[in-house]
Amino acid sequence: MSNESQAPQPVGSLGLAFSAGLLFAAGLVLAGMTQPAKVLGFLNITAAWQGAFPGRWDPTLAFVMGAAVCVTLLAFAWTPQMQRQPWLSSQFWLPSRAQIDAPLLIGAALFGVGWGMAGYCPGPALASALLSVDALIFTTAMLVGMALCKTFLRKTVKIQG
Amino acid sequence: MNTLHPYLSAALGGLLIGLASWLLWAGLGRIAGISSITADAMSEPKGQHDWRWAFLAGLILGGCLLGQGLEIPVMPTRSWTLLCASGLLVGFGTVLGSGCTSGHGVCGLGRMSGRSLLAVCTFMAAGMLAVTWMGVGA
Repeated sequence: MSNESQAPQPVGSLGLAFSAGLLFAAGLVLAGMTQPAKVLGFLNITAAWQGAFPGRWDPTLAFVMGAAVCVTLLAFAWTPQMQRQPWLSSQFWLPSRAQIDAPLLIGAALFGVGWGMAGYCPGPALASALLSVDALIFTTAMLVGMALCKTFLRKTVKIQG
Repeated sequence: MNTLHPYLSAALGGLLIGLASWLLWAGLGRIAGISSITADAMSEPKGQHDWRWAFLAGLILGGCLLGQGLEIPVMPTRSWTLLCASGLLVGFGTVLGSGCTSGHGVCGLGRMSGRSLLAVCTFMAAGMLAVTWMGVGA
């Protein structure tokens, strides 16, 4: 893992990205995130009031998010202290926007409604796209939605600019 | 197949998701946000962006191989109208809102981003409202 070279190392970085994808998928499957019924059981919050807590509510996915965030809290705090730059890249790419704006909130709300309708968010949908017809239909529509929004944003910027 | 307690299994899965995000961050300096990776892989010019396709290939193949060994509880097949409508909403919403459960949730909260915290609260609340209205979780 050399830090001297500024040039990207194509084969190494592709392998690393592929491995990260595999590991991510393993986590999703083990966590139950690829089972829409489990996701919907978690979002079905009103079931928590049916009987003694947690009632018929399924809190499982809170453990997924909790454990994952524990790891990323360490990752984002420690990594820049341990290394000046990524192993296979010249810089850390951080999201630049800090402002809370309407697109953020409207986008998150639209995403949440779609998530609650079918029980798929993008990662689990992709990870089960080759296993389930439902996930394949959902993923195809999701890619169309992404492309539509990209086009919409490009046009809006053009009008404003 | 999976004999672990569901909560333990969920926490271990979350741990792996976190480690995968760490790997991508420490190795390539990139945020493991699935929606952004997917949307940019489709739209950005070729060349520098091949790592996105490699990540997606790992995610899709990994899910296929590992998911096969798991007895996923059967859920009645949903109508394609519902699947298409929800897919469109998720695709459009995650690009407009710059992230999903991974980018805002796992990574954004880990970075302690205020934008991400607000996004997570918004999509969780919207998801819970949708489930409550539609009664799908029952």
